[in-house]
Amino acid sequence: MTASLTIEDLHFAYPDGREVLHGVDLTVGEGERVALLGPNGAGKTTLVLHINGILHAGSGSGAGTVDVAGLTVNPADRAGIAEIRRRVGIVFQDPDDQLFMPTVAEDVGFGPANLGLKGEELKQRVDEALAAVGMTEHRDQVPHHLSFGQRRRVAVATVLAMRPEILVLDEPSSNLDPASRRELADILRALPVTVLMVTHDLPYALELCPRSVILDGGRIAADGKTADLLGDAHLMRGHRLELPFGFDPAFAAARLPST
Amino acid sequence: MGAGHAHPLHLDHDSRVHRLPAEVKIVATLLFTIVVVITPREKFVAFAGYLLLLVGVLVVAKVPPGWLAKRATIELPFVLLAIALPFAGHGERVHWLGMSLSVDGLHGAWNIFAKGTLGVLASLLLAATTTARDLLLGLDRLRCPQVFTQIATFMLRYLDILADDARRMRVARLSRGYDPRFLWQVKAFAVGVGALFIRSYERGERVYLAMVARGYSGRLPRPEGTGATTADWVRSATLPIAAGVIALVAVLA
Repeated sequence: MTASLTIEDLHFAYPDGREVLHGVDLTVGEGERVALLGPNGAGKTTLVLHINGILHAGSGSGAGTVDVAGLTVNPADRAGIAEIRRRVGIVFQDPDDQLFMPTVAEDVGFGPANLGLKGEELKQRVDEALAAVGMTEHRDQVPHHLSFGQRRRVAVATVLAMRPEILVLDEPSSNLDPASRRELADILRALPVTVLMVTHDLPYALELCPRSVILDGGRIAADGKTADLLGDAHLMRGHRLELPFGFDPAFAAARLPST
Repeated sequence: MGAGHAHPLHLDHDSRVHRLPAEVKIVATLLFTIVVVITPREKFVAFAGYLLLLVGVLVVAKVPPGWLAKRATIELPFVLLAIALPFAGHGERVHWLGMSLSVDGLHGAWNIFAKGTLGVLASLLLAATTTARDLLLGLDRLRCPQVFTQIATFMLRYLDILADDARRMRVARLSRGYDPRFLWQVKAFAVGVGALFIRSYERGERVYLAMVARGYSGRLPRPEGTGATTADWVRSATLPIAAGVIALVAVLA
């Protein structure tokens, strides 16, 4: 199995001196679905923004390397960064931040158009991405008029249209009603891409990601099977992670479709 | 062309005017308005002719007159200004119903009223037959600088969200017993406006981040699609040309 993402000894401190990452090491294999767990302020968002080179050693002070499918993130290399941003599709938490074009189809086409696609090819990418999230019939609608769950799905489509190597989702289940949550899970499970999912929603992590890593204090504190991590009460408590009331990870894990 | 972004000035149905590409309608409206504005104010017949032309467009576009009239009330503040002119004007005066009115002021008032109304009606007809999105596409095809169309595109997308934010903040204020009656109670509202500004500013940063993450490098992709055909241009040119002929005839007569 080749690695979609390799992070080695990543350190980072913001210009105001706030140190966030203290040597993160993480490897995600091709096609894997990994949940990135951790309490607020653990550095999850900072880590995510390093993966596509929006943050880098130069934007604060840091060290270490990030490698996406064999290409090292190097902010000095403009063409390289453009390719990295194609390979890493980030779905941000608030779909209203991500969807800014007047219609759904135009928004989905924004990324591929930045890659230089035009005409029929562009249209095909848009159709394909919208079909993957089941939003084809809404292509000409205004994003504002969609439901929250639909907007989240369109946000996923906007990065799928770039045919990413790895899909990074920031809190994909937040603000979704249970039905939209399940629909999104079905969509994500069917996608043939590597997924890194940042979330506080532990049942969702268990449902979707066979493997989880816990980021705390700027380091990877634990890395293993999601069911094992969630089942380790001592570990969980140590990193301010709590399961919802009445949720039994062992029971839920046994009911997963297949692992 | 992309489906409509609903705005209160747009009348969502199909007609020959609705089907024309936005750019030809923009140019026609602009030229028509210019002809109206440069017509000397004493040529009363010409203005009647212009109005007839607009009525013609209204009929072809199948816009209900009442619907248009209601929206034309936006002009009222300017008309009120015009009403003051005959009283405040100088020079030769006429007496009518016991009022002393300035002839020059009457002409001035007529000038504002006639030209303003025709301009407003023409713009409203443009808005009624074109979605906001198509207007922007049209401006873009007319080589309007991308900075303007980009800003307007973002505004189109985020105005609703901003209004929603403002509404939610207002409801939250009201829910905590805020009921401003006097000027000095306006502070919470003012602070709310400030908070809205900061929220929008921060959203701007997040939107930019999300755009950069999708490879944005300073240029929005140009919307695709075919532009106007010669037939479209000819069809829409009838309005300004007819207006021009009326103006010429009125001035030469």
